Amino acid sequence: MIDRKFSTVTGMGPALPGPQTSLMTPVVGSFLGLINKFLEWFGDLGIFFWRVVRAAVTPPFEFRELFRQLDEIGSMSLPLVALAGAATGVVLSMEARYSLTRFGAKSLLPAAIVFSVIHETGPIITGLVVSGRVGAGIGAELASMKVTEQIDAIEASAVNPYRLLAAPRILACILMLPLLTLAADASGLLMGWVAQALVEPLSLHQFINAGFKGADFNDFLPPTFKTMVFGLIIGLVACFQGMRTRGGAAGVGRAATSSVVLSSLFVIMADVVLVKLILIFFP
Amino acid sequence: MNTIDQIAMEPEEAEKDSSAPAIAVEDLHKSFGSQNVLNGISLTVNRGETLAVLGRSGTGKSVLLRLIIGLEKPDSGSVHIHDRDITGLGLDQLGEIRMKMGFLFQHAALYDSLTVEQNVAFPLRHHKKAMSKSERGDRVMQLLSEVGMEGHLEKMPSDLSGGMQKRVGLARALALEPDILLLDEPTAGLDPISAAEIDDLVLKLQAEHHMASIVVTHDLHSAKMIADRLALLNEGNVVIEGSFEELQRSDIAFVREFLGHS
Repeated sequence: MIDRKFSTVTGMGPALPGPQTSLMTPVVGSFLGLINKFLEWFGDLGIFFWRVVRAAVTPPFEFRELFRQLDEIGSMSLPLVALAGAATGVVLSMEARYSLTRFGAKSLLPAAIVFSVIHETGPIITGLVVSGRVGAGIGAELASMKVTEQIDAIEASAVNPYRLLAAPRILACILMLPLLTLAADASGLLMGWVAQALVEPLSLHQFINAGFKGADFNDFLPPTFKTMVFGLIIGLVACFQGMRTRGGAAGVGRAATSSVVLSSLFVIMADVVLVKLILIFFP
Repeated sequence: MNTIDQIAMEPEEAEKDSSAPAIAVEDLHKSFGSQNVLNGISLTVNRGETLAVLGRSGTGKSVLLRLIIGLEKPDSGSVHIHDRDITGLGLDQLGEIRMKMGFLFQHAALYDSLTVEQNVAFPLRHHKKAMSKSERGDRVMQLLSEVGMEGHLEKMPSDLSGGMQKRVGLARALALEPDILLLDEPTAGLDPISAAEIDDLVLKLQAEHHMASIVVTHDLHSAKMIADRLALLNEGNVVIEGSFEELQRSDIAFVREFLGHS
């Protein structure tokens, strides 16, 4: 009786059974469970990142593996990134032409294409294409090594797997993303000009002159170098998901899928923050 | 040796203390979620001695090996390698200890993107930087000859049978000349002839290298052949430890049942 009074007054203690509580409890429970899992995932990611950083800055350095990954990530992603950039350039050119003509600002077309490509579409398209290709590749490769005990074998051979496997992949992603972005920008601008020139004769020289008029390094460098953050996200998430895999072939599939989904999502979310920061620090 | 002497002793000095066992496991507990796998296991293995760990599937035999080499952390208890407690060590410190240990995984765990030669050369490439390419090549050939795989240098692991993969795994485990060898089910999944060949190989290597070894196995015949002592595990505990004859003389029901079915 006393307990019941105490519960009623304080709102603590065992809840009385009723239709509302019986419905609410599982919903609240599963919601709290989700939050708990989310926080746990981020905690584990933080610990993983710390281990990779510590392994990356202490000798011995795995230069051979780094160069292999630079080649793997860079040269293998280049055609895809260039193609995606080119398609974006053509679409931008067609869309911008239609919109600007309606508002009587057709002369701004080259500048609209150049600014759109180098500010946003080039970097984000590169980030998303690399998330898909490299994220899935790293996630699946490391997951497969994990479930077949190859990562344990590396560790048992007294080699730090964070130093040998994770650090070179993450570093290669960080270094290659700006270069791939340049390729996406170049093919986007080139195809943007081609799409424009097919409708209305305009030399490449004129297109570039008109497009870059008024542009400075602040328009070009920060958006290009922000992709280093995308590279960090893609490499980190893919290595983390791959190296914590469990559960055989199904686990490998899950690791590859989650690497792509999570890295793409985080790249887009990071872009929001980075664009705001660039606007503040490089007005 | 008293406690003060032990504290004052540097790890390198401790390793030289030949009276200490090569492997000493004390009151080791390990659980995964709600499942208790090891419930206070204590074992010692001296230099040049081979201990076979037997038991039913899921009794924690492989987990015990993973704890000894530091691939898992125990919930409580300690693992001493050459008198040095490894349970609290970080990856790089563990690396120093692991260079003196060889591990043969149950499915060999060869690196599937590397050839047989590259697999065996892997530990040498990372830890014997002073070794020239030709010296490394010679050492790899010597190791592969020891396990009878010298004719398969350029093959990929996927081109090898289970027995051949284990031989290559064994050569890789021996690359850094370890003084402790851990073998996880070396004969599991092999036909009787291949299993006997692996047993002979392990015996030959032990005679040549005088390592302290732990062999986890289901195979009583293999254990009897290659081990000096046997330890039988059940539900995360050591039920009995001793020679094969001592196990045969045991009145413990589980021991009799296990020997009767093997």
